[in-house]
Amino acid sequence: MLHTFVAYVEDKPGVLTRVASLFRRLNININSLTVGRSERPGLSRMTIVADADESAANRMRASLYKLEVVVEVDDIGKSASVTRELALIKVAATAENRSSVFELAEVFRARIVDLTSESLMIEITGVESKIEGLIQVLNEQENRVLEVCRSGKMTMRRGQHTSRVLRALGAVDGASAQSANLLPEAYGEPEATEPE
Amino acid sequence: MSTNESNAHLTTPTRLTGAEIVWATLVGEGVTDVFGYPGGAILPVYDALRKFPIHHVLVRHEQGASHMADGYARASGKVGVAIATSGPGATNLVTGIATAMLDSIPMVCITGNVSSKVLGTDAFQEVDITGITLPITKHNFMINRPEDIAPAIRYAFQIAKSGRPGPVLVDITKDAQQATAIFDFAAAKPAPYKPHPMLHCTSEHLAAAADLIRNAKRPIILAGHGIMRANAMEQVRTLAERMQIPVGTTLLGIGSFPASHPLNMGMMGMHGESWVNNAIQEADLLIACGMRFDDRVIGTPATYAPNAKKIHIEIDPAEINKNIKVDVALVGDLHHVLEQLLPLLPGRDGSAWINAINSSKGTAAVRDIRNLPDSGHLYAAHVMHDLWRITGGNAVVCTDVGQHQMWEAQYYRHDQPRTLITSGGLGTMGFALPAAIGAKIACPEKEVWVIAGDGGFQMTASELATIVQEKIKINIAVINNGYLGMVRQWQEFFYERNYQSTPLVSPDFVKLADAHGIPGIAVRDRGDLEAAVDEARGVEGAFLINFLVEQEDSVYPMIPAGSALHEMIRRPSHNPLIEKPEDE
Ligand SMILES: Cc1ncc(C[n+]2csc(CCOP(=O)(O)OP(=O)(O)O)c2C)c(N)n1
Ligand SMILES: [Mg+2]
Repeated sequence: MLHTFVAYVEDKPGVLTRVASLFRRLNININSLTVGRSERPGLSRMTIVADADESAANRMRASLYKLEVVVEVDDIGKSASVTRELALIKVAATAENRSSVFELAEVFRARIVDLTSESLMIEITGVESKIEGLIQVLNEQENRVLEVCRSGKMTMRRGQHTSRVLRALGAVDGASAQSANLLPEAYGEPEATEPE
Repeated sequence: MSTNESNAHLTTPTRLTGAEIVWATLVGEGVTDVFGYPGGAILPVYDALRKFPIHHVLVRHEQGASHMADGYARASGKVGVAIATSGPGATNLVTGIATAMLDSIPMVCITGNVSSKVLGTDAFQEVDITGITLPITKHNFMINRPEDIAPAIRYAFQIAKSGRPGPVLVDITKDAQQATAIFDFAAAKPAPYKPHPMLHCTSEHLAAAADLIRNAKRPIILAGHGIMRANAMEQVRTLAERMQIPVGTTLLGIGSFPASHPLNMGMMGMHGESWVNNAIQEADLLIACGMRFDDRVIGTPATYAPNAKKIHIEIDPAEINKNIKVDVALVGDLHHVLEQLLPLLPGRDGSAWINAINSSKGTAAVRDIRNLPDSGHLYAAHVMHDLWRITGGNAVVCTDVGQHQMWEAQYYRHDQPRTLITSGGLGTMGFALPAAIGAKIACPEKEVWVIAGDGGFQMTASELATIVQEKIKINIAVINNGYLGMVRQWQEFFYERNYQSTPLVSPDFVKLADAHGIPGIAVRDRGDLEAAVDEARGVEGAFLINFLVEQEDSVYPMIPAGSALHEMIRRPSHNPLIEKPEDE
């Protein structure tokens, strides 16, 4: 199951390694990870999508907080949120067969951002399924997909539901406020492990 | 600079070299002893040492330095400090850092590194030690400017001792040690400590826990290392006494609750007492205090304490529901949580359950090796029992890893916290001797014993010279069974007695000690044991006893890895020590 965390981390060298190393140590695959500056000076915002069930996800969040460089972790879980991904797709297309790609781009609300005699480049933003849908139909066409570059997911909670607002309302932080009544379930279930 | 002058730096901002800042900051943090080994990339720091009131213990191998810092921390409750040069010096620290990490020991390691100008060029003795230690430290720092040294070291101390403690490494380039900066101790103070945001202990959860405790018929307290880390010995004792709840301890929890206390049942887990493990399987409530349901303690999760509700009091949120799903989690400092919980617990009659456990001991106590004739053999269990008796149970005992470690845990009864120092989580052979040096330097007034196997002792035996150079008194008991005994035991039980690579040829340990100027004696018969121990305790300096014990003895009971707690392998009736056949 895919699980999405939003983490505010210090904007310093080595921070990405620490976060990535934690996932590696817990044997959890990172599906996608995006990092960039946030609205807070000195802090970067990461959206981490990991292949983890609910229980592992809770341990992940607790473990992320144990990293000194991590300031805040929000477990998006099933909460209402907006998720977007950006993809650049280069397709083989000549003057003769490029019009069908233009049509497709139109349908998918994508943009053509580069054009040569042999190829063109499509920029598309949206949820994962939309991007995958476009790649799929492109693959079904005679125009070959030459290159795909995807940003990975970026996620933000909907509405005023940012952790900062919650904190202003007196909660310790966003996600622990949600899980306040669930303890210890909020910490997830142990995974079935066989000790040696 | 005199001592007074160096202390003046703590109050008046002064221009110092990075190397001086290292020591000045350590002095400011209250450090009096460090354990280390010099080399090119840390030489400026060593050069500056003479100006500061810190005692440096020269080790023989940097693994010794990290174990000594660890032993120092375990014995004193303070932060231990180890120092090494770049490259091989730093990598030699690694086993000791991992040992401290797995057992949550507060420790700060300082390493030199090559100059920042050549960082990343595979310069002579360059190694990426912050990369290497990333997963085995709570945090680490790579410092290449002198002005960053004091803040990093002060922050390192805060991290090492706060929350769930652990090791922190500060790597400092040589040019940062040589350059100067204004040292301002007060300004280098880290931001106030922020507890883990997922700590959680509301009044509802306290009430739920109290409810479970009040209504339990067969409760057990599981006492772990966290009790000592949180200084919650009194609170746990009050909980046990007031609510009449029997206590089982983990290996590292030994000493957190007095062994002689009538409510202390003994150690649980793989080599725990049969009645403790059986009681856990029959319990209707487990109150886990500062322990993490390690696989050596639970056997297998699927069959663990099937009838029990579980309350987990723990400082690390990542431990909740990791191995065992619990019913109520009180996530916070144990001392603090129990202070809030105890007022909700008025008292209770627990005699029926306690009597049931005591009668369940049955023949186990009779079968106890202590009660059986030795018929001329020297059994390691006898050694532990007699050491306990002769030292009045008051020694600080540092054990290595293996059979002797389990026998010590079973037969040396610790009434005081921080008197058993052993590597539990990592199970690091070679730990005992250097850890004992650290413990002795932390607590010079205490009687310190090393109990090591013939295998593990040889891993760090070079630290005998450190003992002599430091002129410290440590008593060393080598439990010499001619085998890597614990591995031999597994081969006996699970690999058809294929003793592959476990018989061990060793030097004459008494002569080895003698070569270091340490007197010693070999003991083959139980009859000679007491005199030897008396002699060891009587001499002014260190002393070594080579106990030549029964070679193929095994530690019982034993839960095979992955089995349920009640599926113990018991002491077999064909054992020559057992006169009567098993009756259960
Ligand atoms: C550094 C290290 N290497 C290997 C092991 C695996 N191991 C665990 S116990 C043991 C045997 C220890 O033998 P010895 O020191 O003679 O103690 P005994 O079990 O005989 O009392 C070994 C090899 C370990 N724990 N640590
Ligand atoms: Mg041995």
